Order: sequence, then structure tokens, then C-alpha cells
Amino acid sequence: MNLNTLGTVYGTLLNFRSEVQAWAPRMNEAPYKSPPRAPILYIKPANTWSQDGAAIAVPARAPQVEIGATIAMVMQAPGVIGGYRLMNDLSLPHASFFRPPVKFKCVDGFLGVGDTLVQAGPAVDPSKFVLEVRINDELKQAVKFSGLVRDAKQLLADVSEFMTLDAGDALMLGCDVLPQGGRPLARVGDRIEISAPGFGTLTNTLVVQAL
Amino acid sequence: MKHARVLYQGTTLDATESDGQLLLADGRLVPFDAVTWLPPLAPTPRPRTILALGLNYADHAKELEFKAPDEPLVFLKGESALTGHRQVTKRPDGVEFMHYECELTVVIGRTTKNVKRANAYDHVGGYTVANDYAIRDYLENWYRPNLRVKNRDATTPLGPWRVDAADMPNPMALALHTTVNGKVTQSGNTRDMIFDVPFLIEYFSSFMTLQPGDLILTGTPDGVVDCRAGDVIITEIEGIGALVNTIQQSLTPI
Repeated sequence: MNLNTLGTVYGTLLNFRSEVQAWAPRMNEAPYKSPPRAPILYIKPANTWSQDGAAIAVPARAPQVEIGATIAMVMQAPGVIGGYRLMNDLSLPHASFFRPPVKFKCVDGFLGVGDTLVQAGPAVDPSKFVLEVRINDELKQAVKFSGLVRDAKQLLADVSEFMTLDAGDALMLGCDVLPQGGRPLARVGDRIEISAPGFGTLTNTLVVQAL
Repeated sequence: MKHARVLYQGTTLDATESDGQLLLADGRLVPFDAVTWLPPLAPTPRPRTILALGLNYADHAKELEFKAPDEPLVFLKGESALTGHRQVTKRPDGVEFMHYECELTVVIGRTTKNVKRANAYDHVGGYTVANDYAIRDYLENWYRPNLRVKNRDATTPLGPWRVDAADMPNPMALALHTTVNGKVTQSGNTRDMIFDVPFLIEYFSSFMTLQPGDLILTGTPDGVVDCRAGDVIITEIEGIGALVNTIQQSLTPI
């Protein structure tokens, strides 16, 4: 796709029930002190965007990266979802969600963007979306978007309470955790494929960062 | 040179300061109050990256009862958070504490990747003033400061001018002042930053590539106070300009 048509890309933390459950014992402890109330968002700036098929360079400081396999809503106009797109939201592993994750999530190339835009419409129910994550052809994760805390419509409503998503802006619905906790991990040399019915496959390969 | 970007008679134009007036790109000379001021930035092909620092002045860090951070506390903003000089920013109904933050803002001038401190200034295109409002009622300890505090529509006035880097020989020794309805409430100097501009450029460019037009809002010193509907807030930085904003009560969520 032409990445210049993308607006600001936002991600959503803790929007899968299984991830919230995994975090629940810690949510009332320092430094968090209470569970999140409003949606907790982050931004994947333009330097992170990678085309489908692109190689993504992993900094030497990171032996592994976390795969945040998700689907983003893409806005047609404020308040109007135009469609949905696969995204591979990579992060350097980080244990704390206290401070904004800029150095973990805003690394060059760390957001694979799927080519296919599934148009929004009455026949498209985002709570029925499912996706699969494969590393080197091996199935690592299956995600069902029926497990969201805030479904797409509720998430958009709650985010719109404090900011406007303009035409072209994208809002990722959230990244699930594995049954054993955490997200799938990949390393240099791995080929990551995220596929979903109707969306095709988003493929990115991790390579060593050139010096 | 001082650059602006304005809306005049339905057209968006670049402009420069000329003897107390605006010289528009089409050659017309108009008074400051004849235009709608936009953020003083050229359009970018992709959404600009807007980095903003928290706790980057020793005194402000002390005021908020935090120890000075050992690495930059940084968050990102979307472009919808920006607005221009002489615009209004909304105070949501029912909030207790909404404060300004006067911040020296770096406008990146060229592609910036793995730049070392010694060469950092070569990558600065210019400087402007930001007022990075925060609504502290909405603070949560998840990715703090969370976007609900810091990324609300039009809560980051920017301008009025973008001053060429060549005209700012020492950006690390500039007086900052904020007034609320004419009374000085915040005074500081960019020399008191914990992480200075060259450090920040080296730090960010070590893991992310910055492009022309990207912004770094460098944090604010001591002296933030609550702003109420009708208050006129002027954030001013020596040699750059005085950015005027008026607080308006919002009856809708944003």
C-alpha cells in the first residue's frame, strides 16, 4: 500500500480480557495503583511503518522482539470507520507499562502494515475477526477479537471522548497474550506471518541492523 | 528569519515577519490580526512525529515530587493535538487542574539518524514555542502521561513563529516566561534543562529516524498553575516569540 495515505497510527494497551486478567494481580500495586479507566493508547510514528514483505531491522541491543499481531480500524472521517487492516506491532520486550513505551515501540520499521483494507459495512463485524501468527511457518498464536474488553465501536466511542481520529488515522484494537502469558517472540532471521480471513497475509522478516 | 503559516481570506499561506506585519508568500503585507494563525510548520508527506518531554527541568521535577529521571521521559502526540497562535483551548467541564507548559520546541531540519551530540545542531531547522497543556484530572499510571491528559484536540498551541536555527546561536540559554491574564506565573531558562537539545537529538536518533518537520517539545520549568475559562495564557521564549492562547469552557467532552 501507499504508506503516505496513513494518518496517525494509535495502539491500544490492555484491550484483551486475557491480558487484563494476566495483569489484574498487579494493577492495584505500585506504580499503577489502580486498573486503567479510560483507553490507554500509544502512537506508532511514521518511522516505524513497514510495507508488507519488508525486512525489519532489529537493533543489536535486542535479542528478541515481541509480536503484537492485531487489526486496526482505519478512519474514513471523524467518527466513521472506513475499514480494517492487519498490523504487526513489534516491540522490544518491556516489563513495565508505567511510562510511555517510546524506545520500545518506536524503533524504525517496527510496525508492519497489511496491504488489504477490509471495507467496513453491515456485513463486517469486527468482533468476529480472527487471526493467526506464524513464525517460519509454525503456528504461534491464534487471536479471536471476540475477546476484546472494548469492542471496536466502544473503543472508538471512548477514545473519541478525548480526541478526534481524522480521516486516515488508524486505531489498533489491541494485542492479545498467549495462553501461557506474554506475546510471541521472534528473532533475527525469523519470518513472521499474520493472516486473517479476508485480510490475506502480512509478512515481515527480521534482519540484523546494519551498522 | 521568523516564519509563520496563516489562513488569510480562505487560503493557507506561508509568511514571514516584516517590521511588525506579516509578509505573505504572495507578496501582500497584512497586520497580525488579519489572519488566522496556524502552527508555523510546512506540511509533511507523512504525519509528523511529535516527541514531548516530561520532567526535563530540575526544578519542575522537584515540584512534582519526582526524582530527576536518569533517561528522558518522553511521550508522543498526534497532529490533531496542535493548534496555532491566538486560538482557544478547551477546558473540559468539571476538571480541577488544567495547566500550561511553556516549552522550547525543536523543528527538525533534515533526516536525522544516529546523529552524535557534536553534530546535533546541524539537524535543527528552527525553533518555536509550544504550550503543552495537561489536564491532570485524567492522569493514570499507565503509559503516564497518558494520551487523555496530553493528546486532546487543540491542546498544544504552537507558534507564533518558527525561527531559523541560524538566528538562534545559543538555544540553551533562553529565558522562558508564562503569564496568566498578564501576571507572571512561570519563569525559567533553557539552560536548566536536564537533557539538553543535543542530548535529545542523539538519544532519539539512536533508535528512530526523524524527518524534516518532526518536533521535539523539550519540557517545562517550575511554575505551572491552574487555568480557568476565559484566562489568557501567554507562553514566551526569548528570541522566538510570545504565544497567546485563551481557555474556553467546554460543554462537550472535547
